[in-house]
Amino acid sequence: MFTIVLLVLIVGFVFFAISAYNRLISLKNQVVNAWKQIDVQLKRRHDLIPNLIETVKGAMNFERETLEAVVSARNTAIAASTGGNVAATAQAETQLTGALSRLLAVVEAYPDLKATGNVAQLQEELTATENKIGFSRQLYNDTATQYNTAQQTFPTMLFAGMAGASPATLWEITDDAERAVPKVDLSFGAPKG
Amino acid sequence: MSAGANLFAQQEANRKASRRLVAGFIIFIAWLGFGGDLIWYLSTRDAVNAYGSSATHIFPGVGILLTAIAAAMAWGGYRFGPTVLLKATGAREIETPSGEAEQRLVNVVEEMAIAAGARKPSVWIVPDDHPNAFATGIRSDQSHVAVTEGLLNELNREELQAVVGHEMGHIVNLDVRLMTLLTALVGAVAILHEGGFRMMRFGGGGRRSRSSNDKGGGGILVVVLLVLWIVSWLIAPLVTRYMVMKVGRQREYLADAMSAQFTRNPGALSSALSRLAESKIPPTAIPKSSAQLCISDPYHSKWDEREGRMANLMATHPPLRERVRRLNEMAYLSAPGMPEALPMETALQG
Repeated sequence: MFTIVLLVLIVGFVFFAISAYNRLISLKNQVVNAWKQIDVQLKRRHDLIPNLIETVKGAMNFERETLEAVVSARNTAIAASTGGNVAATAQAETQLTGALSRLLAVVEAYPDLKATGNVAQLQEELTATENKIGFSRQLYNDTATQYNTAQQTFPTMLFAGMAGASPATLWEITDDAERAVPKVDLSFGAPKG
Repeated sequence: MSAGANLFAQQEANRKASRRLVAGFIIFIAWLGFGGDLIWYLSTRDAVNAYGSSATHIFPGVGILLTAIAAAMAWGGYRFGPTVLLKATGAREIETPSGEAEQRLVNVVEEMAIAAGARKPSVWIVPDDHPNAFATGIRSDQSHVAVTEGLLNELNREELQAVVGHEMGHIVNLDVRLMTLLTALVGAVAILHEGGFRMMRFGGGGRRSRSSNDKGGGGILVVVLLVLWIVSWLIAPLVTRYMVMKVGRQREYLADAMSAQFTRNPGALSSALSRLAESKIPPTAIPKSSAQLCISDPYHSKWDEREGRMANLMATHPPLRERVRRLNEMAYLSAPGMPEALPMETALQG
């Protein structure tokens, strides 16, 4: 009788250990995947920009400066991402986000500009692109939080070492400029901040 | 739902509630099927047939019949449900978007798929001025989101995103699969209920009464079980329908909370829901039978706004006020006009 109870307990424990271990591994892979998704969206943004610029170049002749800022920020971002330096990439992408949000603000500021089809399309594409990057970061943070919680809570924490789990770093705003409320300068001709 | 529950707490509570409901549902169905076999076995344990061999009921035929009918219906629902629904509404698939509204819809669906960490569902537009939306698809990697033209016209981008987020919530929770399965079980119970009572009326129950006369001592338990079982079958169609409706409403709350998770903007969903409820344009393309799949009941069933026993049986969707209240709770807002809502200052002090 005693051996049967012991056997049941052992089998129960083994099943339990397997499921906890598998949960940790699955979360780990989800975190890696979510991180890659951010890259996918950033790459998508890089690919999109030349087309966007091309469609609005005519309509926005007078905002050459804003467009050029976007193009140069994009080029810096691509160079940084091929360099493989995470900190440099993060900074360049932040720059690009800033340049694009200025472009979006400019579009918002000119109702005549908005009326042309191309620009409305540009606005939609910019919003979607920025949203996709934002949502992929959000997914990464949510998944990483789940993974970290599983490593710190009983009972999965018992198997964290076996699954080779280590806390995942959450994505956060590294640049103070991005954290600040954007300042939109609507004056014509004046140098853009 | 306790006050101030954030979206993850609400999700967890909803998941627990629907797990309990589904477990209860399955136990009830098992009792209707295999419970009958057990009673039959108990009452024929010592039975002997005319040739002198044992006539004990061993093969659990009732349970297997019920399971088989349900399985067949579920298979049909899995196989044909999504296509039939999309066909019935006359929806057209958007493969390459043309025009700003379609582009925006496709973008919003892509955004929400990213937020949900799921594969992008195929996007459909239903030619109907009534604003509504539904999701279908049995697998999360072969799913469909359909919105009506009215919805595209009526909602702004954020509200559209919130509605699509709700549908993405259904997709990642596999709600279409769950509801198809439960509906098949309800259907199987209804078929056997109908068939069983027709058989009894024509005297088909005779054999069973003879064999229960045969049984020896200890029969009291069998009689009690039998009475319980028959009463269960009498109320089974109502009970199963009640349970499946309850699960459906629970999944609506859950999808609302999922939308809030994906957009981090529960206010947009509550404003979209209010707008949908205010719309006076009647649906033309959405069949009544698929009302439960829509984000808000297209037929404005009077039961949806009520609480109580009858509403629990009839309403496909939870009351709008309660949905909005929960969403506002997720947004850390108290709902306006709700009796339990305290003024902001009081709420902060308490």
